[in-house]
Amino acid sequence: MARRAFALNRLPGFTLIAFITFFLLYLPILTLVVFSFNAEASMSIWGGFSVDWYRAAFANRTVQEVSLRSLVIAVSAASVATTAATLAALATTRTPTFRGQTLIYALIHQPLMVPEIVTGVALLIFFAVIKVYTGYTGLAYLIAAHSAFCIPFAYLPIRARLQTMDITLERAAADLYATPLQTFRRITLPLLMPGILAGFMLAFVISLDTVVITEFVKSAGQDTLATYMLGQIRRAVTPEMYAISTLFLLLSILAVAVFFLLSRQRLG
Amino acid sequence: MTPNVTQSDIEIIDLSKIFGSGDEAFKAVDHISVHIPDNEFFTLLGPSGCGKTTLLRLIAGFEQPSSGWIKLGGQDITALSPNHRPVNTVFQSYALFPHMSVADNVGFGLRMLGQSRRQIQHTVSEMLALVEMESLASRRPAQISGGQQQRVALARALAPRPRVLLLDEPLSALDLKLRKTMQTELKRLQAETGITFVFVTHDQQEALTLSDQIAVMHNGQILQVGTPQGIYNHPAERFVADFIGDSNFLSATVVQTNGHSAQVQLRSGAAIRASLPSTLAAAVGSSVTVVVRPEQATLADQGVLQGTLEQSLYFGTDTQMQIRLADGELFNLRRQNTIGQPALPAPGAAVQIAIAEGAAQVVRH
Amino acid sequence: MRALNHWATLSRWVLCTPALLILLLAASGPLLIVLVYSFLSPGAYGGVVWQFSTEGWFRVFFSRDIFDGSVAPAQAHLQIFWRSVRLALLTTFFAALLGFPTAWFIATRPAGTRELWLFLVTIPFWTNLVIRTFAIQEVIRNQGLINSALLNSGLINQPIQMLYTDFAILVGMTYVFLPLMVLPLYASMEKLDGRLLEAAYDLYASRARVLWHVIVPLVKPGFIAGSILVFIPAIGAYVTPRILGGGRNLMLGNLIELQFGQGRNWPLGAALALTLLVIVLVALLIYIRLVMRDPERDHG
Repeated sequence: MARRAFALNRLPGFTLIAFITFFLLYLPILTLVVFSFNAEASMSIWGGFSVDWYRAAFANRTVQEVSLRSLVIAVSAASVATTAATLAALATTRTPTFRGQTLIYALIHQPLMVPEIVTGVALLIFFAVIKVYTGYTGLAYLIAAHSAFCIPFAYLPIRARLQTMDITLERAAADLYATPLQTFRRITLPLLMPGILAGFMLAFVISLDTVVITEFVKSAGQDTLATYMLGQIRRAVTPEMYAISTLFLLLSILAVAVFFLLSRQRLG
Repeated sequence: MTPNVTQSDIEIIDLSKIFGSGDEAFKAVDHISVHIPDNEFFTLLGPSGCGKTTLLRLIAGFEQPSSGWIKLGGQDITALSPNHRPVNTVFQSYALFPHMSVADNVGFGLRMLGQSRRQIQHTVSEMLALVEMESLASRRPAQISGGQQQRVALARALAPRPRVLLLDEPLSALDLKLRKTMQTELKRLQAETGITFVFVTHDQQEALTLSDQIAVMHNGQILQVGTPQGIYNHPAERFVADFIGDSNFLSATVVQTNGHSAQVQLRSGAAIRASLPSTLAAAVGSSVTVVVRPEQATLADQGVLQGTLEQSLYFGTDTQMQIRLADGELFNLRRQNTIGQPALPAPGAAVQIAIAEGAAQVVRH
Repeated sequence: MRALNHWATLSRWVLCTPALLILLLAASGPLLIVLVYSFLSPGAYGGVVWQFSTEGWFRVFFSRDIFDGSVAPAQAHLQIFWRSVRLALLTTFFAALLGFPTAWFIATRPAGTRELWLFLVTIPFWTNLVIRTFAIQEVIRNQGLINSALLNSGLINQPIQMLYTDFAILVGMTYVFLPLMVLPLYASMEKLDGRLLEAAYDLYASRARVLWHVIVPLVKPGFIAGSILVFIPAIGAYVTPRILGGGRNLMLGNLIELQFGQGRNWPLGAALALTLLVIVLVALLIYIRLVMRDPERDHG
């Protein structure tokens, strides 16, 4: 039998710690999933498999309402953010470095650097003023706030895709008599599409997850799924919450899986 | 904008391209003027960084010159954007659109020119036949080999019948054997289509084999333009002689000049006749450099140079002898390995070198 | 990357306009209003009165006695500052302790399964923060998973109080922000040239020495990036301390929120928010200095 080669990469104990980490990462989440199917409303007794809590969740009017609102906001904000981010990514990768580019980068990445609570406070104050002046208290505030917050998340995968795209392809199109608009429509856009979709999925998930900004910006009766749950946790917890969490989890995993597949897709 | 086959010579007038500014300014193309005749295989040859690719990109329209003009068939095209120039490029990386089939790639330019579907179909199959790629028309670029991608890139650039085809080191990504095949192919395509080819390469062998004319570039300037034979046999500059083929450089003093040739005295004391480039004025008594190709010198009983054989290197078709001259310089001499040659002298033996009539050439430093 | 001639100077700004407009309107611009509000007087029922005052900033650090007007350091605030900084640093430390081996484990998997492991780290990260924190609560609360298991097995007969402590917040934040440490660490480990390890072993280094003298210095950029990515959201955390701290163990984020809720001192809240922002900016500046100083930094 051949002797085992010297394991270059092995460091003692690292694999064990890694497994412990993965275990700890999934233990709490799996706890929610498992007990969402428990007929008994307790963690110490397993009352058998049941989907009653899911039935309750689906029948819950408030849950229906906040879920729908979350989706409306997420789709709107992700669309706005992705469009704006695509244009900005084109400007920052397909032109030479220009004066003001650092400022643009700083602005685009600002939501990543400023703590959410600070942005939340700022928007609370700003929108309070606007609400007084205009009298409008609709969903537009939440959509605007989410759009701004999602822009960097949409921007990053789109820019990454643009940077790996060979610029000679666009040159070749121009060489073959395509106008700038034709080049964009027939070459740049189709090749960029996986990046744009990835950016959209990411923005969508982020919007669903954004809780602090939402908490500060929302007017009365504008709870999203995230802020609704935050409020409910304070009160009595029932396994119905586990069921809602599990469904929410499923939606996020689905979106992230799509994002992963899209951003791994090679050119060509 | 519609390509048509009229006069397609390129005239480059005092063209410069400077990248950066101030202390970091870099002259990639430095006041070049050159005429590329109609229906020629014209090669820009030079080491990397000599400005040949920049010159090509200026002709294509991907770069704007800092000064100067480019004329195509007498018409000034300097200010035209790439999509308005009847000039197509074969890119070094091929730049095939990965999301389109081979046929769609080849038809892309025609579609942009607004040709009818039938016309496009017709031209595409014609072009694919020309490069022998009909059977792979529906494949994606990622599904065909490097050599096949090369052919598609050629077909795509030729499909709109450009007046000039620009080729940016198109063979550099291929292995040696495939490169030889594609060289023949390129030569045939140029002859069949009658389109002016401007070919960029750093490979001197490729340039000598393919070109009608070669422009040797160095530091953003064109040093010499000529036929392969002209460039090889009569290099005007030391750089040209050094870059293309092997050369021996000998110091000499001008004894006498008459028009295109001069009598020069070598350090060994012997006097030989050397050709003089028309661009070079050499006064009697001035010191010059003389180039002698290794295969133009022979061992002789009574030669113009004396030395000691240091070693012989066997190359199959020929043998190279390294000879230490009396003044300490090394002289390379190449001999064909034909049957019936006299035996090689042993290392350490004293030898005499004769230089063939018309083989010596005075060059600029 | 060189320009295509047709993207004119103007078109860049036109292309950037939608993004900049949204960001200025709903992210950056309002920060300036916070600055203005921090220098105004509080209104009786929230909001502000348009009257210049430095009282908001003063109250961040000092308290004034209602009866005799004597000034003392704001003990409660300072305690919360200290808790926030301490918990954020501890979170970063534990995230690194668990994250480094985990990132190494992923980076040394064969190319095929590496993506899968990476995906497994990513899933919790994209899962809603409220859900993840809620999950931790369900594990550690008195009727939760751990206590139920321990009680059922008879190891204890009284549940261990873990929820509503600093410990709970630390566990929660480490759990929630761990992927932010793993991902940049993995990115720099993946780039690590295996031949360097071969060279080190070839030159008689032990495993510990290879780790310390070769691996750690080379993945330092990833470690620094991971630390800043964990520290910033940790110092500004709101959801995790709200759920797991139970209203007694406040962090800065909760203190800020209080000023806009029951406490109703908007200028103080604005000043506190800006103080948090300053702490974050200082951390970012330190980060930039560290990255700039590192000669091995990634130029790509």
